[in-house]
Amino acid sequence: MSDPIINVENVSKSYGGVHANVDITMQVERGSITGIIGPNGCGKTTLFNSIVGYHPIDQGSIQFDGQEISKLRVGDIARLGMLRTFQQTRIYSKMDCVDNMQISVSHRPDSKSSIFASRKGEIRDRAEHLLEFVGLYSKRNLISGDLSFGQQKLLELAMALMNEPKALLLDEPTAGINPTLINGLIDRLRRANEELGITLCVIEHNMRVIMNLASHIYCLSNGHMLADGKPAELQNDQRVIDAYLGGH
Amino acid sequence: MLDNLQLLFVWAPVINIQIILEGIFVGAVFALSAYGLALVWGVMNIKNLAQGDFVIMGGYMALALTAADIPLALILLIVITAMFIYGWIVYVVMIRRIIDQDMFVSLLATFGLSLLMQQVMNLIFGPEVRTVDMELPVYDFFDNMVTIPSSKIISLFLAAVIATCVVIFMKKSRTGQAIRATAQDPRAARVLGIDTDRVYAFTFAFNAALCGAAGVLVSIIWVIQPFYGITYSVRSFAIVTAAGLGNLPGVISAAFGIGLFEKYTGIILGTAYEVAAPVSILLLVLIWRQISMRRNRQVVK
Amino acid sequence: MIKSNDVMAYGALGVLGILGPILFPDYTLSIAYLWMMVLMACTWDTLGGQMGYNSLGNITFFGVGMYVSAIVQISFFYDGGVGEYTSAMGSIKPEFTDSEYFLGLFWGILAASVAGLVLSVLFSSFMFGLRGPYFAIGSLGLAIAAAELTITIDYVGGASGISMPLFPGDIEFRSTFFYMLCFGAAVIAHFLLRWLYSTQFGLAINAIRDDEDKAEAMGIPTLVYKRIGWGIAAFFMGGIGAIAGNMAGFIDKEVAYPVPTFGIFMVAMVLLGGKGTLWGPVLGAIIFHVIKETTWTYLLNLQWVALGLILIVNIVYFQQGIMGWLQAKFPERFGIVVDPSTTQVGSRQGGDGQ
Repeated sequence: MSDPIINVENVSKSYGGVHANVDITMQVERGSITGIIGPNGCGKTTLFNSIVGYHPIDQGSIQFDGQEISKLRVGDIARLGMLRTFQQTRIYSKMDCVDNMQISVSHRPDSKSSIFASRKGEIRDRAEHLLEFVGLYSKRNLISGDLSFGQQKLLELAMALMNEPKALLLDEPTAGINPTLINGLIDRLRRANEELGITLCVIEHNMRVIMNLASHIYCLSNGHMLADGKPAELQNDQRVIDAYLGGH
Repeated sequence: MLDNLQLLFVWAPVINIQIILEGIFVGAVFALSAYGLALVWGVMNIKNLAQGDFVIMGGYMALALTAADIPLALILLIVITAMFIYGWIVYVVMIRRIIDQDMFVSLLATFGLSLLMQQVMNLIFGPEVRTVDMELPVYDFFDNMVTIPSSKIISLFLAAVIATCVVIFMKKSRTGQAIRATAQDPRAARVLGIDTDRVYAFTFAFNAALCGAAGVLVSIIWVIQPFYGITYSVRSFAIVTAAGLGNLPGVISAAFGIGLFEKYTGIILGTAYEVAAPVSILLLVLIWRQISMRRNRQVVK
Repeated sequence: MIKSNDVMAYGALGVLGILGPILFPDYTLSIAYLWMMVLMACTWDTLGGQMGYNSLGNITFFGVGMYVSAIVQISFFYDGGVGEYTSAMGSIKPEFTDSEYFLGLFWGILAASVAGLVLSVLFSSFMFGLRGPYFAIGSLGLAIAAAELTITIDYVGGASGISMPLFPGDIEFRSTFFYMLCFGAAVIAHFLLRWLYSTQFGLAINAIRDDEDKAEAMGIPTLVYKRIGWGIAAFFMGGIGAIAGNMAGFIDKEVAYPVPTFGIFMVAMVLLGGKGTLWGPVLGAIIFHVIKETTWTYLLNLQWVALGLILIVNIVYFQQGIMGWLQAKFPERFGIVVDPSTTQVGSRQGGDGQ
């Protein structure tokens, strides 16, 4: 790992008696697409939550872009340029899609957006362009809460892209999405990575998706880091196969 | 203020005993209404701002009944029954319709109910400060420095009896179990054949009855007035915020804590701060909760 | 930007605002209170409707503003100072010249607005970590605490209150003057909010209402927006408090902190008209005020009981409000439509729109 944008070192987190993460160390390289896999309840989402600041971690250190973030709060971390999407999709459900997009512009100190900026002009164009990118342009004036689950998921992705983050953490982006859309989604994620230069870190259960998408994969099991490597290496790793096929 | 402090800690420290006892007496009453609030909040997610007015209403009922020469135990029973029925009616008429709405609707609707009850009580009983005089003996200690009216001992005893009954009821009875099941997961409870609407109605009525009982005790150990209700609501919220839902020991200790705090501020700062004290403790509790949540990167929801 | 419906509404309101006191001179003060309530409803809606932070304590700024303006107006031109003035219990009636009075009033209103703003910034340091019911109850606590603390301060008259300086002029001019102030303040507040809602600020506070955790996770500096929102409400509430205090002529705890009346009216009006909409608060305030003024005198002792009932019925049975009901009924009138074209340009074929 030459230039990690996210650097997680020896992070542990337990809830009550449950050790959700034990001594996790991982790196996400700048500009890469990194995958995290593991059976249900193995601590993937807990790890995400630790990285983006949803709860205090018990020990260890997390750096983003060279800065220690394990003590910062969610908003501060997001303003450094790291965003996440949610497993249970979260959008602003009483606003229409364009508004959802427009308010998702970057709020980093270096961004041009201002509190009292008008909603017309360049921002709106970009919002509509990105809605078109995820195929929601025709629904742009609908209240986003009325969209289907899959559409909401795409909208959430578009909102994250609108923000132009340095790194984007995606929690199961393909869960609940119509299988015919999945290839399109993979394509869009890859384009976001290549064209917009956004580092992606993806939790995914769909093996076909993650093996296609990611260049490096970490496998968690029971809160421990089980293995990591290139997709092809992991596919043949006996420990990973055991973890998925019922080692416990 | 300095004089008062000196009185407390230099000249006559024995007065502290009086204040602590007073704090315990009123704390016991606060615990009843706070437990009712926590119950309704936890089971049906209704934040009842009319809590204090239920208390005052119970107090006025007791006042009216003592005028008719009815013994205390019977008064308590009548008030509990009447408030239970009243609570049930309130549930059917308004609470049922706001139970699934967002939280502010319940807060505001019960605030409206609170205003309505205040005005009706004001029309019926007038705005004077009233109390029930049970004409019971008063015991003196330490050269009259500590006086304990037996009415207060009786009320503490009654509060303990009521609380024990409530605990046993919630643990052992079928209805109590149904209430606890509904609180945990209303949908699962419905699937398992519990009539949640009835459970909600019962819970709300039960809360009103608890408040009514607290009101009877307030009327004999303290004073009631149509507009005093809001302070009891504020105290209940402060206690529940400090103790959390469904935590009876916590509720009781927080209630005693608030009782002591109020009695001490009353003595040290003077009676002008009578209403400000429970409100300021609510604000302090809220701030303290925020600080402790911030450490966990959380907010008070 | 301004649609034709809006033009008609503004026209009607402008006619009412300007011609009202000319055609119905007996009701000038009543219409003045109407504008005051419009202002309260509009500024409450910024936090309560648009941002989802339901404050029951905005009346705090009203009361503090009222007292601040009293202090400023009296101490500006009365040499004895406020303490002497208040301890005389109204027996001192200093004669202010016209220019002294109006200058004092100007600075009083300004100071009251700024005091509201400063206080809201102070409150927001410990109030905005609270969400939902805790914020509502905490803000109610602030209002009650402010009222109780005010009566312990002898400097501002304690429980016996302060008489405001006498208005130099006849009673009709007095009514018209304060009417103009109320109308002007309401108009300024409405148009300022109208502009604000059309900017990124409007979207940000809507986002906070819909899902504050998501807004945080997207990096929206929520605290900044919450501060600005409450600050604007507090600024106007402080100013209108100063105006209301001078209209009343005498202020004490009940006048300055009317928690059970204006404090709850402003919420009820917004709910009646429709939360989180531009016109809802205006509409709600007008309907509420008209109902209140027309039925008030016939209800004798039952006025307050009736008011509690109206509140409950309003909240329990009709909480989406008039605008909310219209929007649910005629979504297409509010621009909620599916656009048949699937691409921004229209020529390219779009992606996976389903």
